[in-house]
Amino acid sequence: MIWYIIRRLLLVIPTLIGVAVAVFFLIRVMPGDVVVVKLRADGANVSDEMIEAERKRLGLDKPLYAQFADYMVGLAHFDLGKSLWTGESVNKEIALRVPVSFQIALMASIIAVLIAIPLGTISALYRDTWIDHGVRVLAVSGLAIPSFWLGMLIIMTLLLMFNWLPKIGYVSLWQDPIANLSVTIWPALSVGYRYAAVATRMMRSSLLEVMREDYIRTARAKGVWTRLIMRRHALRNAMLPVVTVIGLEFAFLIGGLVVTEQVFNINGIGKLFVDATTRGDFNLIQGLVLFIATMFIFVNLVVDLLYAWLDPRIRLS
Amino acid sequence: MATVASTPSADTLPKRANPLWQFVKVQPLGVIGFLIILVYAACAIGAGWIAPYDPEEIDFAAMLGAPSAQHFFGTDQYGRDVFSRIVYGSRTALAVGILSAVFGCTVGAFIGAASGYFGGRIDNFIQRIVDIMLSFPIIVLAMVVVAVLGKRQALGIDWNLIAAIALPIIPKMARVARSSTLSIVAMPFIDAARAAGFSHKRIIMRHILPNIVAPYLIMVTAFMAQAILLEASLSFLGLGVTEPTPAWGLMLSGTSADFYQTAPWMILFPGLAITLAVFAFNLFGDSLRDWLDPKLKS
Repeated sequence: MIWYIIRRLLLVIPTLIGVAVAVFFLIRVMPGDVVVVKLRADGANVSDEMIEAERKRLGLDKPLYAQFADYMVGLAHFDLGKSLWTGESVNKEIALRVPVSFQIALMASIIAVLIAIPLGTISALYRDTWIDHGVRVLAVSGLAIPSFWLGMLIIMTLLLMFNWLPKIGYVSLWQDPIANLSVTIWPALSVGYRYAAVATRMMRSSLLEVMREDYIRTARAKGVWTRLIMRRHALRNAMLPVVTVIGLEFAFLIGGLVVTEQVFNINGIGKLFVDATTRGDFNLIQGLVLFIATMFIFVNLVVDLLYAWLDPRIRLS
Repeated sequence: MATVASTPSADTLPKRANPLWQFVKVQPLGVIGFLIILVYAACAIGAGWIAPYDPEEIDFAAMLGAPSAQHFFGTDQYGRDVFSRIVYGSRTALAVGILSAVFGCTVGAFIGAASGYFGGRIDNFIQRIVDIMLSFPIIVLAMVVVAVLGKRQALGIDWNLIAAIALPIIPKMARVARSSTLSIVAMPFIDAARAAGFSHKRIIMRHILPNIVAPYLIMVTAFMAQAILLEASLSFLGLGVTEPTPAWGLMLSGTSADFYQTAPWMILFPGLAITLAVFAFNLFGDSLRDWLDPKLKS
């Protein structure tokens, strides 16, 4: 297992370097000039001299290889540069927003798993009955409802039924857990629904598959109590693919957060990214994209390791 | 004189099932999805006849009006008819959704086919790039492209927005096309084509690409749903379609807490339009997948 972990960790390094290079080229080499886009947005009349001066200020007048060298040297020191808008270091801007986004992402995942495992199991056990159909309709709609619209529906329901709105502003969970949860639970629910839907579908189909296995039939033939078969044999094996969903859905989780934080006015990574994009703050965009991609790679790594730990056939092959 | 065995007449041969009818019988849900898509397509094409009002016409006398016989889905804060805006919005949604899915999948299919066909170093190189592109969540990649490229309007469509949505689709399609190509390259008819001295271009164009049409169609419909969702999200964030063009995501953008209470229809109907469209494409895509490729089902 240790060798497997080391091998997987080493494989991450080239991908990370590749991602860093890709982000650099995406932003500088794509057709379109970032400075022109930033200054001449909305058809503003800006002279060519001003554009040149701005380019110089940002260090974009240097040859590409020099820019690339600066960027890579910075990365080697874990320095993502300074925000073009606030002048604050990008590291700091990101660090400030990580806790709230992380908390919402974690809560959404917990909600998803708590919903998906029982619902998927019930759906599989009562296959082709009205319970199963109901669960499947719920799951299919989860894939179609945009998380930000679900968030708006939640706000609307809270307002129309209770005339109450979650407060704006984030309080740390340790300071005031109730105030914290009253803010974070709603975005977590709206992002978690899609997550739960995908996981429920996965749970259902993998449980159905496991129930057809020989060892389940053997257990039944031995006269093992159905509930024990489920707990000891079926559920444990059916959980494997559900773990994969966590990795696969992480990308959608980030996507959901980016939009949903805007709906609930939560000052997290997603909102920072949207603000950076609308302001054309390219250093911040660069840093954020790198950060999100790194997170994404590591979540997938953890899922792979978890999978290998749960299923020895993978690490031994 | 030997009797010549007469060929069986047409009515003794088993009738060949009509593939369209087969699809309808086996995949009723897919048909429902397809019918919903047709309704949207009709709205997009015939928006001028279906919509009772000009979607951009401002009427302060009818501000924030509730749904009524004149305005089926009510009016927004500028007195614009929500129903007409949704009907016209299907133009944006379908145009961006279909074009970006087709564009992304087509480029991806060519890259994937080339990668699988040539193999070796070329394959390795392309696959590393695909790996890297897959490390970015879709919306993140799309937002970067939007930020860098800005807008490029032509024929009433923002082509840079389409490029932004198509780019994240390319590596996903390239993956699928590559694995399909690998199984085709192992077939004897490819050896035969090589032995006949056909050029690489001809083998790819005439022998490989026609054989990956099934996964291509499956991916295109699957990504249409995602592209519509992504366009709505980007427009909602103010990074996609901009005012006054009617687009579903844009209609939800900038709705403050006041509207939640006084004009919930402004939020309800555009969201329903997005959800139903994505639902229909998903339903149709799933059925198409089950029907074209039973192996994928498991």
